[in-house]
Amino acid sequence: MTALSVQGLNVVLGGRLVLQDVDLKLEAGDFMGLIGPNGAGKTTLLRSALGLVRRSSGTIEVAGAPISKMRQRVGYVPQRHEFAWDFPINVADAVLSGRVRRVGWVRRAGVADYRAVNEALARVGMTALRDRPVGQLSGGQRQRVLVARALALRPSVLLLDEPFTGLDVPTQELLTDLFTELSQEGQAVLMTTHDLAAAMHTCGTLCLVNRTVVATGTPDALRDAELWRTAFGIRPGSPLLAALGVS
Amino acid sequence: MLSPQEFVTDLFNPALSFLPKALFVALMSSAVCGVIGCYVVLRGMAFIGDAVAHAVFPGLAVAFVVQGNLVLGGAVAGVLTAVAVAVFSQNRRLREDSVIGVFFVAAFALGIVIISRSPGYAGSLQQFLFGSITGIPDEDLYVVAISSAALLVLTFLLHKEFVAVTLDRESARALGLPVFALDLALYIMVSVAIVISVQTIGNILVLALLVTPAATARLLTDRLGVMMLLAPLIGGFSALTGVYLSWSLDLPTGGTIVLAATALFLLAWTFAPRHGLLSRLWQLRRAAVHVHHAGHPR
Ligand SMILES: Nc1ncnc2c1ncn2[C@@H]1O[C@H](COP(=O)(O)OP(=O)(O)OP(=O)(O)O)[C@@H](O)[C@H]1O
Ligand SMILES: [Mg+2]
Repeated sequence: MTALSVQGLNVVLGGRLVLQDVDLKLEAGDFMGLIGPNGAGKTTLLRSALGLVRRSSGTIEVAGAPISKMRQRVGYVPQRHEFAWDFPINVADAVLSGRVRRVGWVRRAGVADYRAVNEALARVGMTALRDRPVGQLSGGQRQRVLVARALALRPSVLLLDEPFTGLDVPTQELLTDLFTELSQEGQAVLMTTHDLAAAMHTCGTLCLVNRTVVATGTPDALRDAELWRTAFGIRPGSPLLAALGVS
Repeated sequence: MLSPQEFVTDLFNPALSFLPKALFVALMSSAVCGVIGCYVVLRGMAFIGDAVAHAVFPGLAVAFVVQGNLVLGGAVAGVLTAVAVAVFSQNRRLREDSVIGVFFVAAFALGIVIISRSPGYAGSLQQFLFGSITGIPDEDLYVVAISSAALLVLTFLLHKEFVAVTLDRESARALGLPVFALDLALYIMVSVAIVISVQTIGNILVLALLVTPAATARLLTDRLGVMMLLAPLIGGFSALTGVYLSWSLDLPTGGTIVLAATALFLLAWTFAPRHGLLSRLWQLRRAAVHVHHAGHPR
């Protein structure tokens, strides 16, 4: 089943065409890495998929229905600086805030909500820190809170914007394993990253973007150096290409 | 100086019936401002509070000139400004603070022009700017009581949505929360809280009621629930102390209340358990001792 489908997406920001004719399909169970140079439009693509950016044209569908009707099915993990970490709130309540719409207007969180929060905290290994104020967390712990907040919705599509930036290797591995597990359980995971080698290693599919989709496919299918040169402007014979195993 | 007992006696003296009224309005408005001020402090929107406080002025002036209800006139003007700020600040090319800078000075200027058209305006101008405890009409007591209750109920009902938007606007939007409408609701609530406080505190000082108790509470706790209970208590205590001191020493009420609140803030800033000056110095000292020991192994 197609979990997320982006079709014919064009986005103009500040008078410039930032995304052009983007088509993207994520099936349930996919773990896709979205890679491209700075300013390629990765964040804009995620935000468009969430319906946060005005589209000049194009449709976004989640499980076959327009995104505006399916917001509760999509979990979003923004870059860490988007969150007000100085807010006086503890880890569990911050995670609960991801369910604010599910709880509903004027209602208070119920048993099901707390169960979802506990489960999400357990998955990211933050149960022990559930009562800690968020301002006292390290970068890696903060990232895990944001992931838990998205998981508390039990989404069928998970969108992550550079979840690994600034994290140490153990935390990166913990999260990579978690994302892999989630996709094996049938979630569609789409993640932007600048760690090309890790993306080649862990993602089932890669999508190279630079204003438009340059190529999509399994890491093995993307071993053509020319693709990487067009997507990234990497010069021929760059050691990076060798490190990626691209000829 | 009056003793507290004499103050209580005065409160029940029928000849001084304006005094309990003023105390009631000061207590209610500082408690409400304390609660709503928590959002203002946590969202860093003190400047919006300032804008609304100034913008209320032309409304009061119009109400004064046409002999209408001051609270109502102020509320209309404050809400209009709040809406204007919310709408204009959606345009990201101008930052919120510039938009506010444009509007609130203009509104204040308008107020001065309007009130100058009314005879004997110097006295009333001073009353508006610095507050007064005399001459609060009975009907204002009801307006203050009802709007305070309404604000507290609304706060209670919209609390989790306000928190979600403050934590992370983008994600709140992605979840499908109506972020603009919630911003607008909060701005309007801030305006109403300011309007009911303007009478006793005065136009210029009302911002302190919104910001100081909430900031003090923030220093004392890392828990939002506790903060939102502490802030109105701190505000109410400042109002009580302020009205008492101003009455017994013949000082201006608004100024005395604000100074009482500021004194509490400075106390908290110095002595607060985790974030206070002394405990931070103490932590630094302990850390230094640790480094010292680590640096000189015996
Ligand atoms: N609000 C905006 N107004 C105008 N232009 C914008 C806006 N946001 C982004 N852009 C432009 O859109 C392009 C894509 O930006 P985007 O943030 O999506 O890139 P990215 O691939 O996420 O880059 P990075 O790797 O640096 O995070 C950039 O050229 C950027 O300058
Ligand atoms: Mg980006």
